[in-house]
Amino acid sequence: MTTAPAPAPATAIEFRGAAPWRRALRLHGWTIAVWLVLLAMVPYWRSLTQQDFKFDLQALAIDALPLCFAAMAQAVVVISGGIDLSIGSLMGVVNVLSAREMVDMSFRQALLFSLLLIALTALASGLTGTIIVLTRIPDIVVTLGMLFVWQGVALWIMEIPGGGVPVDYSDLAIGDLGSTGIPNAAVVVFAAFLLVWVPLRWLRPGLALYAVGSNRNSAYLSGIGVSRTRIGAYMLAGVFTGLAGLALSASSGIGDPNSGTTYTLNSVAAVVLGGVSLLGGVGGLIGVIAAAYVLTLSKIILLLRGTDPNYANVYQGALIILVVVIGGLLTRKTRS
Amino acid sequence: MEGAARRPLRVRSHAMNDHATPLLEVRGVAKHYGPVVALRSADLSVSPGEVHALLGANGAGKSTLVKCLTGVIRPDSGTISVSGRDTRARSPMHAARLGLSPVFQDPALVPDLSVAQNLRLTGSSIDAVRSQLAAMNLKVSFHELVGDLPLPILRMLDLARALIHDPQLLILDEITAALPSDLADRVFDVMSERREKGRSVLFITHRLAEVIANCDRATILRDGEDVGTMVPREGGEARIVEIMLGPEAARAEAAASERDGAAERPAAEAEAEPSEGAAVLEVDDVRVGGVQGISLTLRSGEVLGLAALEGQGQDELFEALAGQRKLESGELRMDGKAFRPRHPYDAIRRRIVLVPPDRLLALLPQRSVRENVAAPLYNTPLRWGPINMREEGRRVRRAVDALQIDMRAARQVRRLSGGNQQKVTIARWLASGFAALLCNDPTRGIDVGTKRQVYALLRELAADGAAILFFSSELAEFPLVCDRVLTIYGGRVTAELPGAAADEETLLQAMHGLELDETAA
Repeated sequence: MTTAPAPAPATAIEFRGAAPWRRALRLHGWTIAVWLVLLAMVPYWRSLTQQDFKFDLQALAIDALPLCFAAMAQAVVVISGGIDLSIGSLMGVVNVLSAREMVDMSFRQALLFSLLLIALTALASGLTGTIIVLTRIPDIVVTLGMLFVWQGVALWIMEIPGGGVPVDYSDLAIGDLGSTGIPNAAVVVFAAFLLVWVPLRWLRPGLALYAVGSNRNSAYLSGIGVSRTRIGAYMLAGVFTGLAGLALSASSGIGDPNSGTTYTLNSVAAVVLGGVSLLGGVGGLIGVIAAAYVLTLSKIILLLRGTDPNYANVYQGALIILVVVIGGLLTRKTRS
Repeated sequence: MEGAARRPLRVRSHAMNDHATPLLEVRGVAKHYGPVVALRSADLSVSPGEVHALLGANGAGKSTLVKCLTGVIRPDSGTISVSGRDTRARSPMHAARLGLSPVFQDPALVPDLSVAQNLRLTGSSIDAVRSQLAAMNLKVSFHELVGDLPLPILRMLDLARALIHDPQLLILDEITAALPSDLADRVFDVMSERREKGRSVLFITHRLAEVIANCDRATILRDGEDVGTMVPREGGEARIVEIMLGPEAARAEAAASERDGAAERPAAEAEAEPSEGAAVLEVDDVRVGGVQGISLTLRSGEVLGLAALEGQGQDELFEALAGQRKLESGELRMDGKAFRPRHPYDAIRRRIVLVPPDRLLALLPQRSVRENVAAPLYNTPLRWGPINMREEGRRVRRAVDALQIDMRAARQVRRLSGGNQQKVTIARWLASGFAALLCNDPTRGIDVGTKRQVYALLRELAADGAAILFFSSELAEFPLVCDRVLTIYGGRVTAELPGAAADEETLLQAMHGLELDETAA
């Protein structure tokens, strides 16, 4: 702090903080770094395959699609200071419900039904949030309970894999944009990001989300409806979870009650890798999307190298820890 | 038009002739937290265009009253009216709409957002805040993250944000405690501007000089009740201190009866025998956090008191001595040997032990009394071997007996009463043994009977040769417990008094950084 030496009230007191570029680097450095990591992986990946780049890109986008949405859902909750362990199994419910009902639907009907399902997951997730806020039971406990509830519901809807979706609907995930080669799977992710998150980020509810995650007491003293905001965070996460479940149906073309299970913890991994603090209040969705691609691509690369899938998990886990540790060390340096 | 029609005419005419209708009228507001009474029954009346001080010792209920006024908590009973209208704020936002804008003790800005984002969050106009800051001659970049700004700047931002709505009543809860004097002066300028505009200010502070220089009236709280409203300029500090402490007679009587209870140490004996034990713990020009260079010597067989207002550096000093905080500069010597604790373990190994102000910091709340008392023992006799249950049991029993801990709810420490929990924190060190005992407010929130037991215990320990450093927020305890008392203000020692001479008036004077009369020192 620079304070003027003279005690006369006429002297100006000015606070000069870090240089703007430093501040920008601290705020956005992690996000930029994750995207750079993703780009750095591309040449190695290309060196392992003989296929057309368009084709490879398409495969990556389709593979990563459900995780992208799941990670966005998790990120919203984590930013607001919570954590949602029920994302994967709620995705499973959406997957089996859509596959069972959409088999005989037209494309239009399927789209309308998708909107209905998204509304339902928003409500279901909002219910979870309401229970957390009203009972003051920790997020992790309530969402762990909901994990089992949705798992049971999914099995109740469909015991063994089956069902299907209209071909046009599938194309939303596995096609490309007017055969330009831009994968639809990437387009829908960025469309959801631009349409849902970007506007919210600049409105008061979006700020409230960060405020509640950053310091609940300060947020309350600033006049934020803390309970309302936390429930809202879960509802928004429900929207993304619905999209993630539909992405499962569209990309696989089938309903499977166990299809969502791996996504819960993978979404947490993507959130951490994407620069969202598990303590809440820090980070954004664009880094998390990049992290979802990094995780998916690293799995693809290990497969291409012919690594035993069991070892592949070991490598991936080690990678997450390594990246977060290095990132933590770097940010500590810039802080001091 | 409609609003004017709805408002009763008489209120407006009352407001015309100034002091007839108080702006804020508080009657009998009370608040309990479980069995703890935070506010017994407080009255407060603030006139339009008045700068009103709210005074009282730590725990007198000032902050609780502010929280009731601003809708942070709901009072159990009592009425609050603003401009003659009965009202009760439901939230800080609602309070602001009623014309009561607070600047809280805790910063109300969210650390991970920038200043501009924080303002947008509360719907405050950025331009209005900027011009308000300019009026106070302050410049802050609004792109800065709040977490990166120093505390004094945050307080000024909070103030600027509260001012943009031109509130009827501006409530400042200890805003000057964290401010350097040049910024504090700006707050006082704001206060007199408010007065000129016919607006009111409720000003809470521990610094009496600020009250006398800037406030029209002062209401004083003691033990959750208002005990008087006065004009500070007329009475001066002596009068304020007197009201803060209670009537002379009652005070003397209380002191006498407590002295009987803690009759372990006849005053005459203490004075006749100057305590000149061996130096156990020496602190040499230590700087850490708010501590601006403190030197002291703690001798064996004495209780050395530290008296200070809240936040004068005493907490940091205790933490540094106990190894929880690294020294910035200066030296510590234990039994003549220099040491720099980097971890509480380093301090405990040298037999320097701490009783922290918050009991729950020291205890394992879910575990039994026995485990809690025995926990520090696990460090010493057979660190890697099996626990010697018989030896442990014997030591624990001795400590529990010495302190008369109520063992009825001994299975989980969190079920014990506050007083018994406090005894357990001391019993831990009785069982393990120590050379220097650091007590940071050991009697906070415990009843009178237990307090007396603690006083007697501390005197007994000192008589057995222990060296005890003792801080208390209750000034009446110093003459009862201490051989010597140091007062601290602004991170420095301002006076040293013999225990017997450390009466509350003298202490308060020195604790406010005022020069003592020759006779008192």
